[in-house]
Amino acid sequence: MDFDLTDDQRLLKDSVDRLVADTYGFDHRRAILASAEGWSRDNWARLADLGLLGVNFAEEHAGFGGGPVETMLVAEAFGRALVVEPYFATVVLAGGLLRHAGNAAQQAAYLPRIAGGELLMAFAHHERHARYDLSSVTTSAVQAGDEWEINGEKSLVLHGDCADKLIVSARISGGNRDAGGIGLFVVDAGCLQRRGYSTQDGLRAAEISFSGVKAEAMLSLDGFPAIARTIDEATAFLCAEAVGAMAEMHAITVDYMKTRKQFGRAIGEFQVLQHRAVDMLVQVELARSMALYATMMASDDDSAERGRAISAAKVQVGRSGKMVGEEAIQLHGGMAMTMEYKVGHYFKRVTMIEKLFGDTEAHLQRLVAAGTAF
Amino acid sequence: MDLSFTAEERSFRAELRDFFHTAVPDRIRRKLREGLHFSKDDQIETQRILNARGLAVPHWPVEWGGQDWTAIQTYIYQDELQQASVPFPLSFNCSMVGPVIAEFGSQAHKERFLARAANLDDWWCQGFSEPNAGSDLASLRTTARREGDSWIINGQKTWTTQGQHADWIFVLARTDMAAKKQLGISFILVNMRTPGITVRPIQTIDGGVEVNEVWFDEVVVPADQLVGEENKGWDYAKFLLGNERTGIARIGISKARLKRIRELAALERVGDILLIDDPKFREKLVSVEVGLKALEMTQLRVVAQERYLPRGKPNPMSSVLKIKGSELQQATTDLMMDVIGPYAAPFFPEEELQGRNEPGIGPDDAATAAPMYFNWRKISIYGGSNEIQRNILAKAVLGF
Repeated sequence: MDFDLTDDQRLLKDSVDRLVADTYGFDHRRAILASAEGWSRDNWARLADLGLLGVNFAEEHAGFGGGPVETMLVAEAFGRALVVEPYFATVVLAGGLLRHAGNAAQQAAYLPRIAGGELLMAFAHHERHARYDLSSVTTSAVQAGDEWEINGEKSLVLHGDCADKLIVSARISGGNRDAGGIGLFVVDAGCLQRRGYSTQDGLRAAEISFSGVKAEAMLSLDGFPAIARTIDEATAFLCAEAVGAMAEMHAITVDYMKTRKQFGRAIGEFQVLQHRAVDMLVQVELARSMALYATMMASDDDSAERGRAISAAKVQVGRSGKMVGEEAIQLHGGMAMTMEYKVGHYFKRVTMIEKLFGDTEAHLQRLVAAGTAF
Repeated sequence: MDLSFTAEERSFRAELRDFFHTAVPDRIRRKLREGLHFSKDDQIETQRILNARGLAVPHWPVEWGGQDWTAIQTYIYQDELQQASVPFPLSFNCSMVGPVIAEFGSQAHKERFLARAANLDDWWCQGFSEPNAGSDLASLRTTARREGDSWIINGQKTWTTQGQHADWIFVLARTDMAAKKQLGISFILVNMRTPGITVRPIQTIDGGVEVNEVWFDEVVVPADQLVGEENKGWDYAKFLLGNERTGIARIGISKARLKRIRELAALERVGDILLIDDPKFREKLVSVEVGLKALEMTQLRVVAQERYLPRGKPNPMSSVLKIKGSELQQATTDLMMDVIGPYAAPFFPEEELQGRNEPGIGPDDAATAAPMYFNWRKISIYGGSNEIQRNILAKAVLGF
């Protein structure tokens, strides 16, 4: 039992930390957000150069050969810097699905191009009435000769507007909420009808219609286990990202309390405020512990145990993030209400993470159904 | 980064579990499981069983009976001990005065006291808090004045846990009236049979008696019962309080409580279903479990850091463990109240509960649910209240 990083992991952490420190100043980030695409292809190229776009891909696929810990290091650094590039959509979601459900040819064709920064992908899964039920899929896939045809509507497709290719979940058989009968398909995004938009936290998403779209099937026509596994890994990523954002928000708040003067002294001298900053610290540490737990359980083959661990982590991170975010705003006072100040941006990212792939309540209910969080 | 334990650690755990379940009588462990107080004799019997196996004071120096374990082994030991509902070796002996004597005491002190403390041949109690020195401990006013070969002690201590059983008390007393607060305090060992000591029990809101007031009226103590140097007592007290860095969260105890809560909730009916199947109840239970998991992972992080920290130096992160650990222990008493429901009301004095032959009223553990809920409010108060822990974190971690 240890929480130490290996030498390679420490090097990776140093390089990703340096990258975000160099390229993600607050003003620079604002300029990126204001650009046409809303993210930076220059930054994307830098991520590719550092090998981060294939951090958890096998070396035979031009990857770094890392696992959940390496991915977590990236996530936490991205959370601290509020990175807006389509990393989560392309590397974590699409990359994860390719690793778990792609056939050899698909892995060989797509993973190296993702790692090299040449290919953007997204996962078109969520539908309007699915809420947090991963098995709620009504988009259909019908086989026509060698090919498949997809019909349906996908919603909230993260970075679906800029993706070159999409991985689409579609129902081959069974009813709306059956876990069985969901297939995974790769489609070219170029010809699709996409309505892109910004999200509250400065990322991008799209509503996408599929009308007789030609698709290639992935390895397994029983895609749900791979979806569940990928979303569990992705949730571990989000937990670590949220911890990075929370820790930064807390540090900024503590610094502010030491410099902001009212009633003739720094507001950090008031015990009532100190204790609130300490309660934030407690929440950050509990969330950090659970993000580590999620990371270490994310590759567990027992899907029930893995799911409980991920849900427990999402509950803790969700609770901690809400508390830390709201308190960070309150302790700053009006300053944190302005778009020009960074704390609000962290608050928004953490708030949106809470609503992604199961909010606190949904994960709590999952644990209730399982009977225990242990 | 790896959560798994080594094969040696796993067999170490299995051995301890087996020993705790077989060597410590079930009649004693049952009391703890059901929320009853164990007696003085239970405590002594348990500690001697543990001590015979080298398990009463594993964290002491090897020379005085310690085990030279890794921080992980110590963690496993605490976890198994707590989960098996084995009474913890008397903390005043094993976690407080013992380590202080081993670190700062004279050779004569060590030979005279340590083995007896480990075996609970001497029962120690703590003379720190006073009516006007609680969280602000350094404002204590009990005095020790030097006369020839003796210290003469006058003053009043309070919240002296199990002082009614004690043979010895370790006292913080002011020995330099002119010095600033923390600087004039000494650490003195006093035999409880010395003339001039009066012990008065304090009944707490649960109805039980575990704390006392202790008065010192011209109590004459041999000069050589001063530990370390005169006026350095505050340093020793800080060492004592910082000694317990990881066990403070008492996660094993909360786990054992949750297990008991599940057992009893599976016997209670709510309408047509069992309480354990009631979604609202389960949600509360699972919520506490999530907190406990987060605390356990935090504890493991602190344990893993141990090997990089100098011995005896407090780790401020243990204040996080204290705050959250106490809140969760209290949450388990709250859950148990939910399980017991209206049968929390009947009150029976502890001695009647322990001795009675007739069946209890209502569900099992009904009689202890409310007393435990009331009594365990103390956990966020003693050992440095949670507000003091926040002060520590504000200063040591946040730099305020």
